[in-house]
Amino acid sequence: MTRLRRYALRFIGLGYLGVLLAAPVGLVFQRAFQDGFGAAWDAVTTPAAKHALVVTLIIAAIAVPANTIFGIVCAIAIVRHRFPGKNVVNVIVDLPLALSPIVVGLAFLLLFGTEGWLADLPFDVVFALPGMVLATIFVSLPFVVREVVPVLREIGTEQEQAAATLGAGGWQIFRRVTFPAIRWAVAYGVVLTTARALGEFGAISVVSGRLIGKTESLTLHVEERYQSFDYVGAYAASVLLAMLAIATLVAMTVFRPKEETR
Amino acid sequence: MLAQGLATAYLSLIVLLPLAALVWHAAGGGVDDFRAAVTDPQAVSALRLTLVASVAVALINAVMGTIVAWILVRDRFPGQSIVNALVDLPFALPTIVAGLTLLTLYGPTSPVNVDVAFSRTAVLLALLFVTLPFVIRTVQPVLLELDREMEEAAASLGAGSFQIFRRIILPNLFPAILSGVALAFARAIGEFGALVLITGNLPFETEVASVYIFGRIESGDPRSAAAVSVVLLLITFLALLLIGALRRRVTRHDAVA
Repeated sequence: MTRLRRYALRFIGLGYLGVLLAAPVGLVFQRAFQDGFGAAWDAVTTPAAKHALVVTLIIAAIAVPANTIFGIVCAIAIVRHRFPGKNVVNVIVDLPLALSPIVVGLAFLLLFGTEGWLADLPFDVVFALPGMVLATIFVSLPFVVREVVPVLREIGTEQEQAAATLGAGGWQIFRRVTFPAIRWAVAYGVVLTTARALGEFGAISVVSGRLIGKTESLTLHVEERYQSFDYVGAYAASVLLAMLAIATLVAMTVFRPKEETR
Repeated sequence: MLAQGLATAYLSLIVLLPLAALVWHAAGGGVDDFRAAVTDPQAVSALRLTLVASVAVALINAVMGTIVAWILVRDRFPGQSIVNALVDLPFALPTIVAGLTLLTLYGPTSPVNVDVAFSRTAVLLALLFVTLPFVIRTVQPVLLELDREMEEAAASLGAGSFQIFRRIILPNLFPAILSGVALAFARAIGEFGALVLITGNLPFETEVASVYIFGRIESGDPRSAAAVSVVLLLITFLALLLIGALRRRVTRHDAVA
C-alpha cells in the first residue's frame, strides 16, 4: 500500500474518532472546570448530588453481584447442560442488550404499578429503590454470561472430568478447576456490568419517578440539573460519571489482553 | 439440574415476567385499541424515523468501523494503544453523558459554531456515538488473524491494492462486519439516553420510538405506550434472531478457515 493511501486512511479514521468522540468528551471536561475546580467540586457535593451518587452506588452494589452469580450459573447451564428450551434461554439472555431501556422501565412499571399483577406487595417497588435495582439488573444481565460462555466452551470438560474421577465433588470442581479457568472472563464481564449499571438512564428514569433527594440516581441528576439550567452542576456530575467510565475503561484494557493471550 | 433451574428461574423473574406484563397490558384494550395505538400518525412517524436512522447508522458504521479497525491493526502510529482503548468509551460512558457531550460541542453553545441540535442530523450523531465500538470490535480480531500470505500471493500475481482489498480482504471480513452492523442496528433501535437532550424530541421531526413511548408514559397513557413497546420488542427480537444467524455463520466461517 502506498504511503499516501495509508495517511489518508489514518486521517479519516482518527478524524472520525476525534470529531465524534474525543472532542466532545474533552469539551465537557473543559466546561465543567471553566469556573474553576472549586465550583465543580461544590456542584458535585450538594446534598442532592451526594444523594444521587449514593443511590447509584447502592443500585450497582446490588445489581452487579446478583448478575455475576447468575451469569456464571447461567453460562454453566448453557454450555455444560442440555435442557429443553436452551435456545430460548440463549435468545432471552441477549434480549436486554438490544431492548430499549424505556420498554424495560415500562414493563416493570406495568408489573408493579397500581394495576399490575404484583401491585400489592408490602413494600414499594415502583417509584422506589427496589424498582430501580430490578430495572438495572435487567439491563446489565447479559454481560457476564456472554463473556463466560465462549471461555467455558473453549476449556472443554477434560479437566473437570479428571477432577471428578479423582473424587472431587461438584462444588470442589467448580472452585478448584472451573472457576480459575474462567476468572478473567468473569472479571471482564463484571467490569462491563458495572459500567452499564452505573450509567443506566432510560429504564431508571421510567421506574424511579425522579424524586429529587430520594430516587434520583447520578445519571438522572445530570439531566435534572441540565433542565434546570444549572450547567456547571450538570457538567460536573457528567465528569464524575465520565471518570467512573474511564476507570472502567482502564479496567477493561487490563483484563482483555490476558483473556486473549491465555 | 440446579444450574439450569436457577438460570431459568432468574431469567423468568427478571426478564420474562415484566415483559409478559407489558404484552398483557398492550393487549388489554383489545385489537382495536392496539391497532389505534400503533397506527397513530405520531407513533408511525417515530417508528419510521427509528428504523431509517438505525439503518443509516448501521451502514455508516460498516464503512467507518472497518476503516478504524484497519488503522488499529495494519497501521502503526504514536498513541495507537490509547486510541484503541478510547474506542470502548461509548460502551462505558453513560448515555445521558454522551448526549450532553455531543450537545455541548454540536449544540447552541458550540465553540466551533456547528449547531445541529434538535435536527435529524443530531439523531444520527447521537446514534453514531453510542454504536461506534460495535463494528470496530467485531472486525479487529478477524483482521488480526487474517493471513497476510494470501495478500502477498495476490500481489505477486499482479493484483492491485484495490483488487486485493475487494477480492481477498473484504470477503474475509464480511461476516464480522455484518455481525457488528447487526449489533449496532439493534442498539440504535432502542437508544434513549443519548437522544433525549440533543434531539429536542420534536414530534414528526426528531422523535424516535423510545422517546415517543416515554412521552406516552409521562402523559399517563401507558396502554398506547405498551402497544408501541410491543412493536419495538418485536423489531428487537427480529434483529436478535438475525444476529444469532450471523453469529453462527461467522463461527462456521472460522471453523473452515
